[in-house]
Amino acid sequence: MSNLIKNGAVVPDTWTLVALPAPAEETVRKQAGKVVVFKLTGEPAATPEQVAAAVIPPLGHVLVPLAVWRARSQELLPRLAAGELGIWMQTHELVEDLVASVDDLNALPVIAVHFPRFADGRGFTIATLLRIRYGYRNEIRAIGDVLRDQLFYMKRCGFNAYLIRRDRSAAEALASLRDFSEPYQGAVDNPLPVWRRHARVGYHGAAAPRLQAAREDEVD
Amino acid sequence: MYIYDDIDQRLIDERVAQYRDQTRRYLAGELTDDEFRPLRLQNGLYIQRHAPMLRVAIPYGLLGSRQMRKLADIARRYDKGYAHFTTRQDIQFNWPQLERVPDILADLATVQMHAIQTSGSCVRNITTDQFAGVAPDEVVDPRPLAEILRQWSSFHPEFAYLPRKFKIAINGALDDRAVVQVHDIGLGCHLDDVGRISLQVWVGGGLGRTPMIGSLIREHLEWQHMLTYVEAILRVYNRYGRRDNAFKARIKILVKALGAEEFARQVEAEWAHLKDGPSTITEAEFERVASFFRRRDHEILEDHSAEPDRHLAGDRAFAAWVKRCVHPHRVPGYRAVTLSLKPTGVAPGDITDRQMDAAADLADRYSFGELRVSHEQNLILADVKLASLPALWQEARAHGLATPNTGLLTDIICCPGGDFCSLANAKSIPIAEAVQRRFDDLDYLHDIGELDLNISGCMNSCGHHHVAHIGVLGVDKDGSEWYQITLGGSQGNEAAIGSVIGPSFAASEVPGVIERLIETYLEERTPEERFIDTLRRIGPAPFKARVYDRVQEVA
Repeated sequence: MSNLIKNGAVVPDTWTLVALPAPAEETVRKQAGKVVVFKLTGEPAATPEQVAAAVIPPLGHVLVPLAVWRARSQELLPRLAAGELGIWMQTHELVEDLVASVDDLNALPVIAVHFPRFADGRGFTIATLLRIRYGYRNEIRAIGDVLRDQLFYMKRCGFNAYLIRRDRSAAEALASLRDFSEPYQGAVDNPLPVWRRHARVGYHGAAAPRLQAAREDEVD
Repeated sequence: MYIYDDIDQRLIDERVAQYRDQTRRYLAGELTDDEFRPLRLQNGLYIQRHAPMLRVAIPYGLLGSRQMRKLADIARRYDKGYAHFTTRQDIQFNWPQLERVPDILADLATVQMHAIQTSGSCVRNITTDQFAGVAPDEVVDPRPLAEILRQWSSFHPEFAYLPRKFKIAINGALDDRAVVQVHDIGLGCHLDDVGRISLQVWVGGGLGRTPMIGSLIREHLEWQHMLTYVEAILRVYNRYGRRDNAFKARIKILVKALGAEEFARQVEAEWAHLKDGPSTITEAEFERVASFFRRRDHEILEDHSAEPDRHLAGDRAFAAWVKRCVHPHRVPGYRAVTLSLKPTGVAPGDITDRQMDAAADLADRYSFGELRVSHEQNLILADVKLASLPALWQEARAHGLATPNTGLLTDIICCPGGDFCSLANAKSIPIAEAVQRRFDDLDYLHDIGELDLNISGCMNSCGHHHVAHIGVLGVDKDGSEWYQITLGGSQGNEAAIGSVIGPSFAASEVPGVIERLIETYLEERTPEERFIDTLRRIGPAPFKARVYDRVQEVA
């Protein structure tokens, strides 16, 4: 059973994710006694050895790591032309690097953003920039630690596909896409802030009867 | 004050439903502790020493009497009959049950209140001057912009998971009572040459482990651009703020690492894309929000009244209260009044359910049904008629809300400390109480005059000790509680971070140390000098000498 939500429904996943091979030496970094989960923005995402060792299936739709695409684009260009190539990036990679690596961003059917932990907020900015600044129109997919309680925010930032973490139900997660019906601020899904969407009234308008009602409440 | 329309109401109602479901899933084991933590924190729920602690937002410190009564009701029904006002103009309940928090939130929503983003790595409650709208030195009423910022930052989808917490303060008066220079973003409103509202933008101030005064990154920002500019700052921070180490994750560390100029350059580059976009505030929206804050019901009065004068002459206690707790007002015949939450023997900022009800009644009868919470953890009635002061004083006194110590040594800012908070290294409330007992003589206290003494139980600095004239910080040494003293911090326009005077002290020594600092001041001061003035003039050396000589003598 697929755990992929796309455009508001659970759908089969036709893309194969190409993982980066484990690095030769895995060093556990610590800061202030705690294991570091998040890498710093702009840190290299993979060693040349990892990039070279990444195994890309010869057939079908593949999601390759940004670092692999940047280093091996000559080899992958035919797949891109065939519409079989998508790219996934990590939250500490620069969206500018992705944009610079492709002639036409919209030639990519899918861009996936990998959340190492759901609390890594950089992914929200990456999607926002892809949509608003770089005009990307195709699928933006959240992968990694993707949980239902972040879906509403992801949707507002331009994600339209979510690969829900394997141990959680995608069907149940669908409900969270509708947590709020009328947000205050503009975002990718609707750039207009609420006051440009609706005529809201000030103190002399509808507020007056509500104030009155408030006073009546107190009689209870 | 701002009144919700259906859009505001639906949002907080939907939030209650969302949080109720999150709590249900947590209790059912469908969410792990780690997964639930940011969700509950973004709803102000901490797990503390004894019980969870719920922090409820009081946007920019403004509170209606009906809301205050609801808080009293919650304190009675879900807690132990009291609550605690914080230095960020919020209120905390120390004993709610996790299972019942959704019900508390539903109750709050009936009076247009919530706990949204009172904690967590997101934009927190926007704070401002407790005298906003009434202060004679006010240039711009900051509340409309604060409300516009509140709405914009509530559930902002891109900035809900920042590297760390994010605090914004806004000030519109000549005297900076919002302490904008120690916030992640501080906005100072002024009027430009042609009378338009313009903002000074400070970034990267903060207390905590690495106290810093903010950097001014933009001198003039027209008000229409407030949201897009804040968005640009947050986007740069969200992308490049350090997430590898929680102690280095605040924006101040990024600003310092890049340098203020480079940080400002990156913000301006980002802003170039956002400027004049749809989030640019329209005149109509500003007017709509501002209309809620305009008072139309002040009477035309003389700025003089025989009633208080008669009492002033005959009653020293009333005179002392007027001197400390009554503040000027821009409308003739009106005054702002502080209801002190700092009587000796009570944790600073604590208030009982009965006092909350009483304060709500006083607000209804004397101040248009509105109250404010100050970052000094007191309550304010902002629009009291001069002629009503004696009557108000009598009533406030009967409820223990008229301690005449605003701005004095015993008006201590203090965090909950080791008695409640699981982060604390040391207790803070008993230290506050011991100092208050030592300086309980009112004449002596008034003679000492204006002095900020703040206490934090750990270096997270919720008690704002860094910006106190005398700061007390609880530290842990080999498992026991010690207290470090700082001197020379200050808030306001001359914001400064205090310096540590030397080795720390045991709890029992702290009141004596404070006393020696005060003695030094009293001996050295010139007639018009406040403590901080004397300290700045003669420097910390005589103070230190006095403190440590005596400590050695005793030892």
